[in-house]
Amino acid sequence: MIITNTETIPNKTISICHGVVSGSTVRAKHAGRDFMAGLKNLVGGELVGYTELLSESREQAMERMKAQAAELGANGIVNVRFSTSSVSAGASEIYIYGTAVTVE
Amino acid sequence: MLQIAIIVSLLLLGYVFGRHAEAKHYRYIEAKESELLALPATNLRTPLNTSKTISHTELVTGNVVISVDYFKRMLATLRALVGGEINAYETLVDRARREAIIRLKTSCLGASEIINLRLETSSISKGGRNQIGSVEVLAYGTAIYYQGANTEGTVL
Repeated sequence: MIITNTETIPNKTISICHGVVSGSTVRAKHAGRDFMAGLKNLVGGELVGYTELLSESREQAMERMKAQAAELGANGIVNVRFSTSSVSAGASEIYIYGTAVTVE
Repeated sequence: MLQIAIIVSLLLLGYVFGRHAEAKHYRYIEAKESELLALPATNLRTPLNTSKTISHTELVTGNVVISVDYFKRMLATLRALVGGEINAYETLVDRARREAIIRLKTSCLGASEIINLRLETSSISKGGRNQIGSVEVLAYGTAIYYQGANTEGTVL
């Protein structure tokens, strides 16, 4: 599956457009990690736990979007957009959406 | 009395370590940025070099969560009383954005260029007691691999 965030896939022609596909997930880290992040908040710097949490969630949301596109018989997704919203402190919702297409 | 002592020591801790960490991070960012100059990232929709044939494209991402230290948070709180520019948070988001782009580039060293670069910022601890404690920056774009191109020693 070819995934891009441009409107077209360079060097390829889009033959069928299947419409919008999306994937989302809400995740939170366990309390221990939250505590560590709280400590790190005192001295500043990167919160590795949260960086990992968000990249894992994105992978999962991406998998869900790909599964939906595969169900429609698409072999590519164009114009992919990411969106993040914090549901509560420590939990984030990741939403990925794009247009499923068939390319030659 | 004890409470004041705790707050003062936290401020001191935040000031010393936060300052050191920020200076170190900026040194790292500057070194890495000049190292990655060979891989340009643009927010154009089409590739820069149209004469070459594209072998394949790929969606690439890079993300980072960075938090501000206790001292700077206190400064920002004081600043918010009178209003105006908050330098403490400016460097925070600047560091996060540059770091995210560095991670984006390091995830696709074999590529020739990155097009349609987008940056997205969100605050993690929204709703918590400390309003803008940490920010997350996500950089994403489409990596272009040209046929026969071979950069950064990566074999295609």
